[in-house]
Amino acid sequence: MNVPEMDWSPLWLTMQLAGVTVIVLLLVGTPIAWWLAFTRSRFRTLVEAVVALPIVLPPTVLGFYLLTALGPHGLIGGAWKDLTGSALSFTFTGLVIASTLYSLPFVVQPLHGAFEAVGKKPLEAAWSLGASKLDAFFTVASPMAVRGYLSAVVLGFAHTLGEFGVVLMVGGNIPGVTKVLSIAIYDHVEVLEYTQAHFLSAVLLIFSFLVLTIVYAVNRCLPIHVS
Amino acid sequence: MNRLDARFSIDYPGFRFDVACAVPLEETTAVFGSSGSGKTTLLRCIAGLTRVPSGFLQFDQAVWQDDAQGIFLPVEQRRVGMVFQEARLFPHLTVTQNLKYGMKRSNPSLRRIDFAHVSELLELESLFERRVSHLSGGEQQRVAIGRALLTSPQLLLMDEPLASLDQQRKKEILPFIQRLNRELRIPVLYVSHDLQEILPLANHVVLLKEGKVAATGPIQEVFSRLDLPGLVESNMVGAILETRIVEHEPQFGLTRVEFLGQSLFLPQQALPPGAPLRVQILSRDVSLVVGDPPATSSVLNTLEATIVEVRKSPGDQYAVEVKLDVGCPLLAMITRKSFYQLRLRPGQKVHASFKAVALS
Repeated sequence: MNVPEMDWSPLWLTMQLAGVTVIVLLLVGTPIAWWLAFTRSRFRTLVEAVVALPIVLPPTVLGFYLLTALGPHGLIGGAWKDLTGSALSFTFTGLVIASTLYSLPFVVQPLHGAFEAVGKKPLEAAWSLGASKLDAFFTVASPMAVRGYLSAVVLGFAHTLGEFGVVLMVGGNIPGVTKVLSIAIYDHVEVLEYTQAHFLSAVLLIFSFLVLTIVYAVNRCLPIHVS
Repeated sequence: MNRLDARFSIDYPGFRFDVACAVPLEETTAVFGSSGSGKTTLLRCIAGLTRVPSGFLQFDQAVWQDDAQGIFLPVEQRRVGMVFQEARLFPHLTVTQNLKYGMKRSNPSLRRIDFAHVSELLELESLFERRVSHLSGGEQQRVAIGRALLTSPQLLLMDEPLASLDQQRKKEILPFIQRLNRELRIPVLYVSHDLQEILPLANHVVLLKEGKVAATGPIQEVFSRLDLPGLVESNMVGAILETRIVEHEPQFGLTRVEFLGQSLFLPQQALPPGAPLRVQILSRDVSLVVGDPPATSSVLNTLEATIVEVRKSPGDQYAVEVKLDVGCPLLAMITRKSFYQLRLRPGQKVHASFKAVALS
């Protein structure tokens, strides 16, 4: 079988999207996970439910709401347009926002669990040793929660790689801008280019398998076992 | 000498915590009480780990908490060392990194405790390269104590540091803790429900009961009070004497110590002559003699005593507790029959004979 003429840009775009999304997710998800792990606020359950919503919601529903919100007349899109001159729907930035919301539970939940496992006790010890709250977070809580971070990064990345419905609704199918791997595969199949579809699918399959294998191997070797 | 002035009150469901005490922090002060008496809550309030909504706390001249003025100094700025019931070492760091965690964060100009000194005092050198998870419970607790000390704290707070250890390990660690204040001169606040930990260690006691201060004062006085039934097993503690070793008599297996100019004999001790030794007398080991002491007696220790107070033993209806003054308080537990035969009354001069036991 000859290697067909392939457009690899969807693959590159997908990696970019997943990478940026994971970084944003860590910045947004860590404080939420921390708050959920340690708060005694009565709003905790509510926030937990909101964070978990993307797991149960059909991606098209989430995508539809996001399209409305990010569009030129939407609440966020409109404001963004006033600020920058263009809306957020059908742009890469729009995709990042959508992916962040879509993959939020996959980052927040492992971190939440990890922070809860670390608990208050080592933090109190660190504070009593003169560490500020932020210092203790970086030098005690985070290293002890390293497995949680690893799971969060992998799940967040992998989940973003595989998204389809939300991207289609919010990003459409613009080559080089919003046409990610899953949509490219769908396109190929629609016009019966099975060879190309096979190639892209195989790349995604092998990549996902490799990443998960490495993660599980690393996880096994990590020195910290927080019970 | 440092002083601590603390006033905290808060209502928990089914428990009112209402503590007010002013304690001179001289060497070791014990916070003593049964479980659920609020000892740990008090220590956590002092550390700044628990914040009760209306509290006041002053250490020497520094106000650490005064909710009337909206003052609350966060724990990391109080410069207190904290040793918890569990060691709480950081599992991702080595023993050395654990030890240096607080030291690195302390103000260099206020550091007065040396790494080498603490390592030697707590015998930590052999542990440096070990993984935290491979240390025994006692070793972990020694590292935790060292880690707290290396911050050069103004006050060391210890929350039942031996409670999670077995009897053998307790005996191993206790001497280390005793050496702390002698060598490093850091005031220690030591929480425990175990009299056997407190007796060798503490100079002062804050006695808590059901969230309130029941008594506070020098250990000899608090544990010889007759009006605290049930709080202390007072038939256990007769007296705590501060003595000094004079000489050993190896042919008899005895050590002679000096107490207020008088000699007492104990089973032979390992310490050299001149060393201070805290001696405990159990109240049931004390017998009283009215008039001159017999010239010949198998009991080696006799002190002149004045009767201060007499009352019925709350635990045993046929026993009487007699509080004596031998230069410090001494409690004697005698039978009701002896009490009537000897016609004891406050102010009377008697002789107290007893067996003395060294504390650790």
